[in-house]
Amino acid sequence: MAVCVAVIAKENHPLFLRTMSPEEELKFHYTVHTSLDVVEEKVSSLTKSSNDPRELYLGLLYPTEDYKVYGYVTNTKIKFVVVVESANNFLRDNEIRMMFQRLHVAYTDMFCNPFYNAGENITSRRFEKVVENMMKQD
Amino acid sequence: MADTDSVFEFLHMQIVEYIHDVHGKESENNATTKLEEMGFTIGQRLAERFTKETARFKDDLDVMKYICKEFWTALYKKQIDNLRTNHQGVFVLQDNRFRLLTQISDTEEFIVPAAKYLSLPCGLIRGALANLGIPSIVGAEITTMPMCKFTINIQKH
Repeated sequence: MAVCVAVIAKENHPLFLRTMSPEEELKFHYTVHTSLDVVEEKVSSLTKSSNDPRELYLGLLYPTEDYKVYGYVTNTKIKFVVVVESANNFLRDNEIRMMFQRLHVAYTDMFCNPFYNAGENITSRRFEKVVENMMKQD
Repeated sequence: MADTDSVFEFLHMQIVEYIHDVHGKESENNATTKLEEMGFTIGQRLAERFTKETARFKDDLDVMKYICKEFWTALYKKQIDNLRTNHQGVFVLQDNRFRLLTQISDTEEFIVPAAKYLSLPCGLIRGALANLGIPSIVGAEITTMPMCKFTINIQKH
């Protein structure tokens, strides 16, 4: 179960951030902000070594005492960051991957909405619903 | 099949016609800008959707190859015939039989008026590249009738 889901734009400004408890939003803004350096590092190291399978899913970015932070970067340089509680051991890597893929599909659908302009904050209700599902399942 | 293919072609012709009618009154440039702008937003969205499943791109050349092959095939049912680069940020994409020009007769006199049918495709390329992280300037020229060249100038970030 994710405790925080964030979407970050090409130019590294936040487009969307949703947390389980609204009081902790600021704390997660910090967590996600910190993770961007790791994302950058992973992407540049992946592109250099050419024999790697160049996947969009980046895997675990870094663990903290209470949380695990996972990342995903689309070809259009949009970053998705998901924060999961460390105590949640039964969440497999594969499930996280699936979660990101669902998020990516939702994002693309949202982006293709003619009323959305690139770089704006995401206010789509359908997108929010997908994120809410990610946070409450299992 | 063949009928649905031509729907896009006819729609494109009408769009060009309409935009030139509405915005091209004072100057030809206004219409070109408008069409380019439309292409840009369409290109952005298409790139977002088309690259959902593809592997991460290695460098600019990798992105260009993608534009020439998959992107062009999705748009115009054929690949770009020739891709050239000077490795300093200039790429030339040559299409020997560009689909939107095949309906126009291939005489000298139509080369100049046919240029307006290339502004939207230029915008499409620019939009797709911009969304994939490469800001650029795209220009097009027609040399002999159904053949055209797109010149992409990458703006250094």
